[in-house]
Amino acid sequence: MANRPQPSFPEPDTQHFWDGCKEGELRYQTDSDGNVVFYPRGHSTVTGDRGLSWNVSSGLGTVYTYSVVRQNRMPGFQELGAYAVAYIDLDEGFRMMSTIVGVSDPTTDIHIGQRVKVEFEEQAGDDAYPIPVFRPV
Amino acid sequence: MAQERLAAIAGIHEYPLRVAPGVSSMQIKADSMKRALDDAGLDWGDVDGLYDALDGEGGGGLGLAAYLGIKPRLLDTTQVGGSSYEFHASHALRDIAAGRCNVAVTTYGSTAASMRVPIGTGGMGRGGASWQQNMEAPYGGTLISNYAMVAHRHMHEYGTTTEQLAQISVATRKHAMRNPEAVKAMTDLQFVKVDEITVEDVLESRIIADPLHLLECCMISDGGGAAVFVSPEIARDIKKKPVWIIGAGEATKYRENGGDITTSAGAQSAPAAYGQAGVSPGEIDIAMIYDSFSITVAVMLEDLGFCAKGEVGQFIEDGHLAFDQPGLTLNTDGGGLSSNHPGMRGLFLLLESVRQLRGESNSQVDGAKLAVAHGNGGLLGGTHTGGTVILAAD
Repeated sequence: MANRPQPSFPEPDTQHFWDGCKEGELRYQTDSDGNVVFYPRGHSTVTGDRGLSWNVSSGLGTVYTYSVVRQNRMPGFQELGAYAVAYIDLDEGFRMMSTIVGVSDPTTDIHIGQRVKVEFEEQAGDDAYPIPVFRPV
Repeated sequence: MAQERLAAIAGIHEYPLRVAPGVSSMQIKADSMKRALDDAGLDWGDVDGLYDALDGEGGGGLGLAAYLGIKPRLLDTTQVGGSSYEFHASHALRDIAAGRCNVAVTTYGSTAASMRVPIGTGGMGRGGASWQQNMEAPYGGTLISNYAMVAHRHMHEYGTTTEQLAQISVATRKHAMRNPEAVKAMTDLQFVKVDEITVEDVLESRIIADPLHLLECCMISDGGGAAVFVSPEIARDIKKKPVWIIGAGEATKYRENGGDITTSAGAQSAPAAYGQAGVSPGEIDIAMIYDSFSITVAVMLEDLGFCAKGEVGQFIEDGHLAFDQPGLTLNTDGGGLSSNHPGMRGLFLLLESVRQLRGESNSQVDGAKLAVAHGNGGLLGGTHTGGTVILAAD
């Protein structure tokens, strides 16, 4: 397929996350009380405090839910055929939207509760950010 | 507990066409306001409050008053997606009770069908840099797939079936076929079958985003309308019986780490609305619920308290929903599934509630006294709002 849509910058909340993808790291934040903060932000969503810590996830998680998109009029996805969109619950306690790759038929080979692991899908272009996607393990 | 009568809906108008080429969204708004005022027996110059959802040309209170040529003393531009109009009714109750205005209007106009706006399948995240877009745009999620993710999880946790969800589409179509404007809508929008449908029809329609089929998805139409909110003093002198706004609740919900996607913002907004109104779900005759998709209605039937979480499949099988069945009646205008969906359906939930409580619906429930209008704005499986309004017959 054509490149997936890339993140847009400047965008200070998510820059470090995407820099991590270039390093092969799935990064998430915690506040000083250990609360997990995700998607990335400048403040704790529990306390409002700034100064969050960055951590690196094991990349292992579970499919919380998913859908298989059969129709998308957006360029890049329009000609792709059926593909999955999913919420993945990472083992460290954060939920992210992603897609599931490495299945022959997404309409039958994906299920809720499935164990998956992150990988970073390279995109064309010198400065392109690899996109974190998940593959069944 | 005695219900307070602090504000009423005095006039309504629903723009009759779902395909309206050559008409602007602003013209639909102005025309609808005039006709809603006529419905109430009120004049253009009586309007002293204006609510707007940034539809039309998108100026909100800043642009709309100038277009209309009015100078209201209260402007409220609340845009929270398709539930904006439930929020407007909520704010009108608050503002009229506080003496801030006496005749307030909310209007809606959209030419989504004529402009070929791919609301459900156009993909998201084409805007500029934002923290949320940056995390979601790469995956090609569509609006429909977002709601579909809720359906999958609901099925997984509670055993809800497509056959059960399809009953929502079946009952709604039954009502649509009794509404001449809905029949014309489906005809003008070239529906394959402009007739009542069966569960099998739903299951045999193509899947747009698993597990949601085409006939579980609302249409995209042109359209609009208006509602006039008035104080009790004004309500005594209008042409028709007022319909009272007796309770309202607002809430928001979003993707959360470890969150339950099968429960919506409605689980927070509905108890607030019932509490203010002093009524319980069991007393409600009419449920006007934003039917963007079958799953939206299913989740809301639970969150509005008509059955427990996870039990909507059984609730549906027990034979509710259609106007000629006993128990709760759903979306008697034909809904977004089969009457109109220009992008933000919340207004029409109020309009059909008023028709039912006046005794004017095409699928009238005899003696209907209480209605709930519940709008969902945004993405049910992501960031969304819930607006609940309880309405009572005079």
